Amino acid sequence: MQRSVVFSGFGGQGALFAGQVLTYAAMDAGHHVTWIPSYGPEMRGGVARCTVIVSDDEIGSPVVRHPDVAVVFNNPSMEKFQRELRSGGKLIVNSSMVNVPVERDDITAILVPGNQVAAEMGDVRMTNMVLLGAMLAAEPLVELEAAEQALRDHLPERKQHLVEPNIVVLRRGFRNGTQEQNR
Amino acid sequence: MAKQLWKGNEALAEAAVRAGLVAYFGYPITPQTELLEYLSGRMVRLGRAFLQAESELAAINMVYGAACTGVRTMTSSSSPGISLMQEGLSYMAASEVPVVLVDIMRGGPGLGNIQPSQADYFQVTKTSGHGDFRPLVLAPATVQEAVDLVYEAFDLAEQYRTIVIVVADGNIGQMMEPAEMPPMREINGDRPHWALVGADGRDHRIITSLELGAERLEALNLRLQRKIARVKREQVRWKEDKTDDAEILVVAFGTMGRISTTAAEMAWEKGIRAGVFRPISLFPFPAARLEELSQRVKRILVVEMNAGQMLEDVKLAVGKDYPVEFYGRMGGIVPLPDDVLEAVERVHTEL
Repeated sequence: MQRSVVFSGFGGQGALFAGQVLTYAAMDAGHHVTWIPSYGPEMRGGVARCTVIVSDDEIGSPVVRHPDVAVVFNNPSMEKFQRELRSGGKLIVNSSMVNVPVERDDITAILVPGNQVAAEMGDVRMTNMVLLGAMLAAEPLVELEAAEQALRDHLPERKQHLVEPNIVVLRRGFRNGTQEQNR
Repeated sequence: MAKQLWKGNEALAEAAVRAGLVAYFGYPITPQTELLEYLSGRMVRLGRAFLQAESELAAINMVYGAACTGVRTMTSSSSPGISLMQEGLSYMAASEVPVVLVDIMRGGPGLGNIQPSQADYFQVTKTSGHGDFRPLVLAPATVQEAVDLVYEAFDLAEQYRTIVIVVADGNIGQMMEPAEMPPMREINGDRPHWALVGADGRDHRIITSLELGAERLEALNLRLQRKIARVKREQVRWKEDKTDDAEILVVAFGTMGRISTTAAEMAWEKGIRAGVFRPISLFPFPAARLEELSQRVKRILVVEMNAGQMLEDVKLAVGKDYPVEFYGRMGGIVPLPDDVLEAVERVHTEL
């Protein structure tokens, strides 16, 4: 099995890092993984996007035309990936920032107010973990616990104090995602 | 040692450290900068030499100086920076000092842009500087392969006293993949017999690229040509995928090699038998094996992120009468698997 996930937002929203947490968790679970950013002459506020591929076999192309899952942090990302998501794919939408409506009926859209949840839980900068949690609920590529462990194992020493708050938020995002899916 | 997640540029840097890199000189340029940035901390903590030079020209000449003392040394850059280093490369080739160079290619010509490209193929394989010399050129397609090749590159550079270029597009520099690092090599202080280490108590040695006598300069050239012939015999590398029953052979290197592998899988699902031939050594080019395979398949499709540079070596390998098709994008555009598939399908309809 092979799945591709795109995380896309403005620079500073943590899309690239959310993708890295998934990549670490999948690698530690024994999968083949690739993480590739779309990099350009961007500064803070520009496009920040990465593609993660999780596979049982060796990975050929690290880039895809139609991702299986897209986590969209803002409107431009929503517009692009609502269009490009494969049929039957899953779209995780940060409804705090996205007001573009879901128009496709051949995909599953999970709307989670990422900024709002993160702000309520102490820091809006944890928006990315809300959305990653919701994504894992919709597409369980790795166990939630594996993502938690990835945060513990791979955040540098100077950021270890952020691990526990982020895990709490990640779990909350997972619950939100599960509820949204069951609605 | 277990696999860890590495960004390509940083993995290349760490592998070089483990290969025994004693002195690094460089100048920042996207999409290669993380390599230099990583070494700026790592080398200094190990008590080794790291220097950010004032320009690429300065960096390559510092590398030349360090190489003359017989220590493991390298620099890295991206396309326009490599252009600036060509004079130094030519001097080093004539001086027969070992050196490793990493080129993380970006869109060109000119200052171009910072997106991935493979448009330095001619430059690294054929025109790395004036005069008759050919660096050994290795092109990884994954982060692990980048690690393994740069680690080995230092041995090869010393074995042949030559320039070894590890060339990858910006994708490989920027992407993250699990990789296992090779063991840390001891730096024991032994220097080769030709190295400049101080002539205390013996006659001095001379390393130079200047040779005013025509006969002596021709003798140097003949020696370089023998060396190139040896490299051609001993260092040909490639990888094949699904070539056994292929009717169409896609030839691609680096990132385009792995993207073509995915495209080939998609082609098989549609009943088109496509295989992939991925040269790993761009010089020496794996011409003999490609010629052999060309007899078994019906068509060859070359895919590159340039206007068709490796294409020329493919055509040389299979002869002018063989049907070779080409698909390429330029300017930093990375073809996706379905783009390559479309090219394969187009070739297939002509069979």
